[in-house]
Amino acid sequence: MTKLNGAEIILECLRKEGVDTIFGYPGGANLPMYDALPKYPDIRHILVRHEQAAAHAADAYARITGKAGVVWATSGPGATNLVTGIANAWMDSVPLVCITGAVVSWLIGRDGFQEADITGITIPITKHNQLVLDVDDIAPAIAEAFHVATTGRPGPVLVDIPRDVQQQMAEFKYPDRVELAGYHPTIEADPALVRRAAQAIDEAQRPLIIAGHGVVIARAADELKELAEKAQIPVITTLLGIGGFPGSHELYQGMPGMHGMYWNNIGIQECDLLLGIGMRFDDRVTGALKDFAPKAKIVHIDIDPAEIGKNVKTFVPIVGDVKAVLKQLVPQVKPARHDEWRAWFRRMREEHPSIAIPETDKLLPQYVIKKIYELSGPNAYYATGVGQHQMWAAQYFWGDNPYSFVTSGGLGTMGFEVPAAIGVQIARPHDVVWSFCGDGGFQMTLEELALCTEYELPVKFAIINNNYLGMVRQWQDRFYNGNKQSVRMFQPDFVKLAEAMGIQGMRVSDKAMVESSIEAALRHPGAVVIDFQVDEVEDCYPMMPPGVSLSETIEQPPVKQPEYAR
Amino acid sequence: MTQGRLHTIVALVENRPGVLNKIASKWRQRGFNIESLTVGHSETPGLSRMTFTVDGAAHDIEQVTKQLFKVIEVVKVSDVSEEKVVARELALIKVNAAREDRGAIIEIGNMFRANIVDVGTDSLVLEATGNEEKIDALLSMLEPFGVRELVRTGRVAMVRGGTQTVVAPSTNGNERHFRSAGEGKPKLGSLI
Repeated sequence: MTKLNGAEIILECLRKEGVDTIFGYPGGANLPMYDALPKYPDIRHILVRHEQAAAHAADAYARITGKAGVVWATSGPGATNLVTGIANAWMDSVPLVCITGAVVSWLIGRDGFQEADITGITIPITKHNQLVLDVDDIAPAIAEAFHVATTGRPGPVLVDIPRDVQQQMAEFKYPDRVELAGYHPTIEADPALVRRAAQAIDEAQRPLIIAGHGVVIARAADELKELAEKAQIPVITTLLGIGGFPGSHELYQGMPGMHGMYWNNIGIQECDLLLGIGMRFDDRVTGALKDFAPKAKIVHIDIDPAEIGKNVKTFVPIVGDVKAVLKQLVPQVKPARHDEWRAWFRRMREEHPSIAIPETDKLLPQYVIKKIYELSGPNAYYATGVGQHQMWAAQYFWGDNPYSFVTSGGLGTMGFEVPAAIGVQIARPHDVVWSFCGDGGFQMTLEELALCTEYELPVKFAIINNNYLGMVRQWQDRFYNGNKQSVRMFQPDFVKLAEAMGIQGMRVSDKAMVESSIEAALRHPGAVVIDFQVDEVEDCYPMMPPGVSLSETIEQPPVKQPEYAR
Repeated sequence: MTQGRLHTIVALVENRPGVLNKIASKWRQRGFNIESLTVGHSETPGLSRMTFTVDGAAHDIEQVTKQLFKVIEVVKVSDVSEEKVVARELALIKVNAAREDRGAIIEIGNMFRANIVDVGTDSLVLEATGNEEKIDALLSMLEPFGVRELVRTGRVAMVRGGTQTVVAPSTNGNERHFRSAGEGKPKLGSLI
């Protein structure tokens, strides 16, 4: 059998895993990997401009395709630049396989040039990581990485390989299967617990489903719909659960939580059975735990046993893959109508129209986002950054395209929007992809715009530009006596900036121009940046202030003082 | 963190580089202070056994054991605090021993079934095994002579009777047992 070098073995492994795209950046310690790359023309390498973007783009790519995203970086700063991206994937349970070059093995631990203990650094933010010190270990380590990253509760895995190990020769032998003594994710749930859950559903008068990222990860939207329809249970999706249930469905109620729909936050407090499906009762969803869902029994379905009982007391704890569990559960649930309960939601939604947009000539950010949703057709994909624009993007998403909304939920990483949208476009080259950008976040990762020109990616970037770090400004206004500090910054000319990157730029400050600019962007075959100069002081509501219960959600902003008086 | 009582946690872990760091990281993230930690080989080649004693409320301990189990190299974790266990630690105590005190110290040692493992011109080293209370009691008896140096291993524990404290899952006779990467190869430092 012919021998290959370690770098070629890495690429053989990727081919075995069906990898077609790598997001990466070269450097001294991973040069053998780049040297081997031309021999694998079926594997496309996307050269980012900063390693953080490689991790974010691969993260978004993984969320859309359901496959592991693959990232390459060199040692030291290359590897440490990945850290934010890895942490983002960790918090949102996204499968990533990061392969970093390490300094030559005899320099490890001697502070060699560009050495960083990246396996040590990433312990708390990876599902698994290892340093490979022998060329024979490369294939098993990468097989293990893909297995761990993509099964159970997915997550990022890092494999660190010194440059000399990439150059050693060995026979390539890929393990048929990976056997790890300490890793056996539960897929099917305990049937006795499923029966108990079905019984609890049958007995409930006011059942409510909160569906999370687990539904999206498990691609269980159809099963969730079956359950909801059979027992006529209203469905709420968390920020990351968006796209796990059709937005236009009459049972769909939108998002709960800190900036969720008012009716949902009150609905959670009123329900008598809460089904948490593939979600983790995050503090942005629950508010103060001691007052959370006081009338409800909680059925919690999650693949990660450590999530069960972590934040809330569970009446029926079910560990298993969401899709498998729902398949077990649906046949056991009796058909029901819950007319009164559904009427309660209808009434609440009429009386408390949480996302009605005020009549005004001003250019409101919500209006822009809503128009983009309306005009982009049923098959568009969306990526967001973090902050006010993200919450509005979540509030106004009522589309039916499953698994089409990509956002940084757990870590809340500003700057995610640019590389994430690029990752989505690479995964969906023929569909419309919008990036909802904050003017702050956009400036964190705008160097990646160049990729749109280089790889002909027609991403449409909508900068929701309120000339503030809007969410921080909103908190300063509300909780820090309006002491607006470090939330206003010099802004580059985003139109010229786009043009400098080879992208068409537009600026819109007039409400009347919104539709035509969106249509022009959709017609344009290439990437577009639209700088929407929206009202600077619009706040994001409803809002549940931090630390209070869902019942104390504030529906509408308090009457505003004029700007000069603040 | 809520103070509870001392818990004894036993874990079987794969003997791979970096494992101790990963496990320590999980305790640290949850804000636990480890009272004692012992590591050594288990009955299964390739698996090490760790015994932790930690202070904390039962709910917190349960959460952290679940988190520990998420470390891929951790094969099994058990909280044996509610079980009937044999729990022991070993102590080496270097105590001042002027000629006129030696007899008294040896007598104390005998009462605690401690062995004299080293004799110097003005010192003795005692080796004692037992539970923490016994070692504490021995120490308090020796303190009047002047304890120069003390080392305690921390608790090791084993469930009484026929049941095994922690059991590695069956590998169905699969010879590629506990790991797929680089079996049997020497590592740059094992475990740590």
